[in-house]
Amino acid sequence: MAQASVAASRQNSWWHRNQQQLTPWLFLAPGILFFLFYVIFPIFQSFNLSLFEWDGLGEAEYVGLYNYEELYWDEAFYTSLKNNVIWLVLYLAAIPAGLFIALFLNQTVTGIRLYKSLFFFPFVISQVVVGLVFTWFYDPTFGLLNVMLGAVGLPPMNVLGDENWVTVGIIVAGLWPQTAYCMILYLTGLNAVDPEQIEAGRLDGAKGWRMLWYIIVPQLRPATFIAFVVTIIGALRSFDLISVMTNGGPFGSSRVLSFYMFEVALSEYGFRMGYGAAIAVVLFMIMLTFIAYFLWTMYKEERAR
Amino acid sequence: MRSIMKTSAAAIAILAATLGGASADGLTGNLKIFLDTSNPAPRATMEEMIAQFGEKNPDLTIETTVIDREAYKTQIRNFLTANAPDVATWYAANRMRPYVEAGLFEDVSDLWAEPEIADNLASTKGALTIDGKQWGVPYTYYQWGVYYRKDIFDELGLSEPATWEEEKANCQKIIDAGKKCYTIGTKFLWTAGGWFDYLNMRTNGFDFHMDLLTGKASWQSDEVRKTFANWRELIDMGAFIDNHQTYSWQEALPFMVKGDAAAYLMGNFAVAPLRDAGLTDDQIDFYQFVEITPGVEKAEDAPTDTFHIPANAENKENAREFLKFVVSPDVQTQINDGKHLGQLPVNAKSSVDNDKFLVEGFEMLSTNSPGGVAQFFDRDAPAEMAKVAMEGLQEFMVKPDNLDKILARLDRARERIYK
Repeated sequence: MAQASVAASRQNSWWHRNQQQLTPWLFLAPGILFFLFYVIFPIFQSFNLSLFEWDGLGEAEYVGLYNYEELYWDEAFYTSLKNNVIWLVLYLAAIPAGLFIALFLNQTVTGIRLYKSLFFFPFVISQVVVGLVFTWFYDPTFGLLNVMLGAVGLPPMNVLGDENWVTVGIIVAGLWPQTAYCMILYLTGLNAVDPEQIEAGRLDGAKGWRMLWYIIVPQLRPATFIAFVVTIIGALRSFDLISVMTNGGPFGSSRVLSFYMFEVALSEYGFRMGYGAAIAVVLFMIMLTFIAYFLWTMYKEERAR
Repeated sequence: MRSIMKTSAAAIAILAATLGGASADGLTGNLKIFLDTSNPAPRATMEEMIAQFGEKNPDLTIETTVIDREAYKTQIRNFLTANAPDVATWYAANRMRPYVEAGLFEDVSDLWAEPEIADNLASTKGALTIDGKQWGVPYTYYQWGVYYRKDIFDELGLSEPATWEEEKANCQKIIDAGKKCYTIGTKFLWTAGGWFDYLNMRTNGFDFHMDLLTGKASWQSDEVRKTFANWRELIDMGAFIDNHQTYSWQEALPFMVKGDAAAYLMGNFAVAPLRDAGLTDDQIDFYQFVEITPGVEKAEDAPTDTFHIPANAENKENAREFLKFVVSPDVQTQINDGKHLGQLPVNAKSSVDNDKFLVEGFEMLSTNSPGGVAQFFDRDAPAEMAKVAMEGLQEFMVKPDNLDKILARLDRARERIYK
């Protein structure tokens, strides 16, 4: 009798009744806590910090929106912003380039695995190494690029020393590994292409470009979406290549927002935490528009299913 | 290992006590030292010096941490506030100002009041003084100047110039011979700061230069424009190597080694890599930067590296003894000789190593720098201003026509930074 009542009360306990709903949250709890503490909380902290003038050592002084006003007058900020836009646009070239290499490699020839790994290789090596390799390639005195230009009768150029070319030069270096990344995404995507649809298309007389555009590419939509996401995010967090190849120069013309933020707040000459935070907020806003778009697209697709 | 050392140290101490002969210092407790001397030679020098200090004070437990020189520049902000050592290396003048103003460095004016330091270190006192107090001690410094290829000068029949006209005439002959006058790598900006330091100090004098770097003078003043006009003469001649904005200072060395460029305005630390690259002392020589405006007293750049006691240190008495040890004449002679740092000792009673560049540099700084001794562009100006300005200097060297825009930008920065 006593035992039965214990069992009954156990069954009726709050924990027992809500076990099903609570368990997933319990499993998620560590992740959520870390996410809140290391991602969400710092976002608000940055917003707050951007309203102060602080050198990281002394007292922080509240200055309202002064840091943003400074940004408005800051030429270096506009250069960085402009470069961010150039990065966003040109970096997207990795997607079609990756697609074509994937199509090219999507065949059964002896040793194709080896070729695939060779094409994938740049993604495996560190960005720092990529940066160094391209710095030597561009070197105006000893570099291979000027040898090649000379061979076809073009004048030599100093890509990394010319404020008009430098950003493009760095993006080309960045495209090398990024194309490999997109290629891998498309190679997996191509495995999932339905052979029956290709067969049907062929019967209807689709060939070449039309086949690619109307039959293959639509089926690769999930891969394209992911390639788009990783490329946009890759473009916005371009930092290591700039740091290795030019250190933001010549005279600051290859900086992007993330690099500029690092420079004013954390580098050898930087003591302006508030100003750095203000740049971070601007960068966050730009990222947020893209992230919101991605989330919205994904949400729509979930609903459509 | 440490426990064995401690026991043996204790044994020696007991022995010393029983024999009745008190050892010289006999410090006890701990001493935590943070160093930024991560390059091989300076690192070995410091470790040797600290070992000697340890031998003199067997009861003292010394803990040394060597941090990468570049990483140190950002880490110092953290460890001074959170987990302070008892002694830390840093740089003199404005470079230490943020930490002095934040109250993170200990006032060591008491050390400077002792005759031993007051008399022998007088020449560097100014660089360690902020608000009338001293905040650390120097341990080494080095001269800047023009290092040139003597064999090329001989071949072209040139001699060391003394005036601006001679400098330009020499340079013209070098250019006519199909070479460049000066190598330089401005990728990391500060090398351009060295050129500006000298051009401005020679054109307008030390006092104006300091006024400019401390925000009292305007970047759009006639004096500054005159400096840039002089610089432009060299740029328009094609005196500097092409594409210097792509190179670090080390990457600019091969131009001089291969003989494509005849000279390098640099600190004395450039001598070691030049020698390592195969140039002999007959091929490299040194001259003081020439006079530009007649009558302006010559002033030199001589960056000073320093030791400080963090305000949050736990063993300040031991740290003070260590600082005294570092600046003592014998230690100074030893750590700055050619086998160690290869730089100049800060103590007037020390002897300079018998290296021709050190001898010449010491001579220059002690007898031929009446205008004053500057630290360096990015140590005399506040860090923020230095960054913006050096970027402008690099831009000027590549695009001299942008000068008006650059100067206007620097003046705007000046108004913001020095409030």
